[in-house]
Amino acid sequence: MMAYIVRRALYAIPILIGVNVFTFLLFFVVNSPDDMARMHLGQKRVSPEAVQAWKAERGYDRPVLYNAAASGAERLTDTIFFQKSLKLFKFEFGSSDSGRDIGYDISQRMWPSLAIALPVLLVGLLINITFALLIAFFRATYIDFWSVVLCVVMMSISGLFYIIGGQYLVGKLLHLVPISGYDTGLDALKFLLLPVLIGVVQGVGAGTRWYRTLFLEEINKDYVRTARAKGLSERLVLFRHVLRNAMIPILTGVVVVLPLLFMGSLITESFFGIPGLGSYTIDAINNQDFAIVRAMVFLGSVLYILGLLLTDISYTLVDPRVRLS
Amino acid sequence: MQPLVILWTDALIFLLLAGALGFGFYASRREHLRAPWRFVIRSRVGLGTLVVLSFYLLIGLLDSVHFHPPADPAGRDGGTLHSSEVISLFDHLVSGLRSRQEKTYSAPLATHLYAKETIELADGSTVRDYPRLEYGGAHLADPERDWLWSVLGLSLIGILKGLALSLVLGNLLLIFLTLRRGCSFEFVAREVLGGRCAIPWRTGLFVLTLLLVLGMWSAELASKFHLLGTDKVGEDVFYQALKSIRTGLLIGTLTTLVMLPAAILLGIMAGYFRGWVDDLIQYLYTTLNSIPGVLLIAAAILMLQIYMSNHAEEFNSLVERADLRLLFLCLILGVTSWTGLCRLLRGEALKLREVDYVQAATAFGVGHFQIITRHILPNVLHIVLITVVLDFSGLVLAEAVLSYVNIGVDPTMNSWGNMINSARLEMAREPVVWWSLAAAMIFMFTLVLSANLFSDVVRDAFDPRLRSSR
Repeated sequence: MMAYIVRRALYAIPILIGVNVFTFLLFFVVNSPDDMARMHLGQKRVSPEAVQAWKAERGYDRPVLYNAAASGAERLTDTIFFQKSLKLFKFEFGSSDSGRDIGYDISQRMWPSLAIALPVLLVGLLINITFALLIAFFRATYIDFWSVVLCVVMMSISGLFYIIGGQYLVGKLLHLVPISGYDTGLDALKFLLLPVLIGVVQGVGAGTRWYRTLFLEEINKDYVRTARAKGLSERLVLFRHVLRNAMIPILTGVVVVLPLLFMGSLITESFFGIPGLGSYTIDAINNQDFAIVRAMVFLGSVLYILGLLLTDISYTLVDPRVRLS
Repeated sequence: MQPLVILWTDALIFLLLAGALGFGFYASRREHLRAPWRFVIRSRVGLGTLVVLSFYLLIGLLDSVHFHPPADPAGRDGGTLHSSEVISLFDHLVSGLRSRQEKTYSAPLATHLYAKETIELADGSTVRDYPRLEYGGAHLADPERDWLWSVLGLSLIGILKGLALSLVLGNLLLIFLTLRRGCSFEFVAREVLGGRCAIPWRTGLFVLTLLLVLGMWSAELASKFHLLGTDKVGEDVFYQALKSIRTGLLIGTLTTLVMLPAAILLGIMAGYFRGWVDDLIQYLYTTLNSIPGVLLIAAAILMLQIYMSNHAEEFNSLVERADLRLLFLCLILGVTSWTGLCRLLRGEALKLREVDYVQAATAFGVGHFQIITRHILPNVLHIVLITVVLDFSGLVLAEAVLSYVNIGVDPTMNSWGNMINSARLEMAREPVVWWSLAAAMIFMFTLVLSANLFSDVVRDAFDPRLRSSR
């Protein structure tokens, strides 16, 4: 088991290097730091001195790959590639283009993101599985048909509409909870209620429909027929046999997104003014702060690969048929 | 100056259309390809959604023929034959909607502006009131008295026109069927209206009638009023929503078009050759896949913005600039979405290379290229088709979200995402301005819902595994 995990973890390293090189190419080679400086300082006739000063302030004035002016190992380390890109591996994100410490910001902002994303995932999972089991119980009836139609209709509505509509209805018309904002401690609860609710409702259509297909796939299998043949009630068949076996694809689908929960949701957080990593990213995109976007790209990739790793491990845990080969 | 303008996306969408027609012609002569499509056409949901989708497609295609309109006789354009502005055939057809611009917000079918203004009366004194609109309901002498009758009258004319048009089209269909089957007109009519045909013509006709009535009704009303109100700068919201159709369709189709070659080539190669080719391709797509899609798009669009602002002189017009950004967005969306298809194709190719007929071909000494093109590719095409259709609705929805984050299409381009983006502030106004949001939502919802339903039917038709389990 240990050897397997280590091997999978080692496999992640070349992928991370690939991501790192790719972001480096995207951020520093496609457009030179000069272009970035000019963009930030405004288009109109920026003096070369101002560009130089902007670059020096943020450490973009080094050579890109090879520093001929330095000596020894510094020739390779005192470059943009080493300082800005490779240091991400040590989770040293450096400072943003506006001068704040990115690492500190991330460590502060990941908790509000988690406070929304985790309940949305768990409550959503519970509700979707319940609905899907119910539909599977009533399969091939009108209830089944119309539930699927309802799911498709709910899937076809843009997520933005759920948010805007929900904010308008619950926040503005009914005055039940504040429309947006955030607080620390228990006070945060009233700010979290609406985003979590909307997040769950948003996912019900697609989630229920997907789990229904999983359940129906299992229901048509031989072991279910055997279970019925030996006289088990439909309830027992569904809970003891179908649900358990369908949990394998469900679980692996959930595990892969677990680490990404820290990243938060871009749209929800910016609509509700939650100071999480999602709104952090959006602000960075709008302010064209490349240092933050670069850090988030790398962080996202690391978390995704971690998710894949966890998925592999959980597969071997829940399904004995999967051998550790 | 050339009157006709061919934008990049125009060229690609017509190329795509030609390709689809070519494939349709090819498929119509081969029974094994015709059968699944017959299944689609014979399903009521399939035919109904197909009618709705063709409606959207028609508007999108009309909106994809761009040209410089003739210069106006006043000679403001410096004596050239054509003005420098670029409009589409669709703009030309609904030029009334495009040109009738008000001052600011006005509610749907309103005759007055939405905000009070200081109006100077004829005698020099001023009052604060809602001013009359310049165009919306301008034909009414006394808006309070005539408004209802005018709206009702126009609605009636529109509905009658729609019914008449659908009656003509329905009769044409019946005549066509009569000629083809060689039996009497009454018999065919009874069969069709009784819903006893193999193809559910009745459902198709019903949806068509519904769309035509709705279309003619809105056309009649839109000719005298602003059917869905006006936005902040006084532009007709109905017109904006219609223009956004092209953007949505382009994002949904071009993205898959640009990713298909890479996904098909790499996916089949990985599965067929295995070994180091497989390792390399798997590495490539795992790496790309591990970068969060939204962030990759954001990074790429930021880079594009820098490029555009530093090379502003390369773009002749705003339209061209927006068009290039749209194309680039399709490209980058394609980069983030090809990995799923690639993985599916790899798995399928892995299975297919062990199949008897491929083994036989190998034993006869047939080359790799021949085996892939003659034996593997035709057998994975149904997966490609299902993916293309399934991805469409997701991409249309993604456009709205991306435009909201400002990393979508150009802000000057009409798109549902941009409309929703502006609606965010409007919803905070008191009283609320809801019509921009509602218009974008209705148009987007109809398209996405039909696409979702249609893709379900297509998947059922093409995936033998699903069909047997039903």
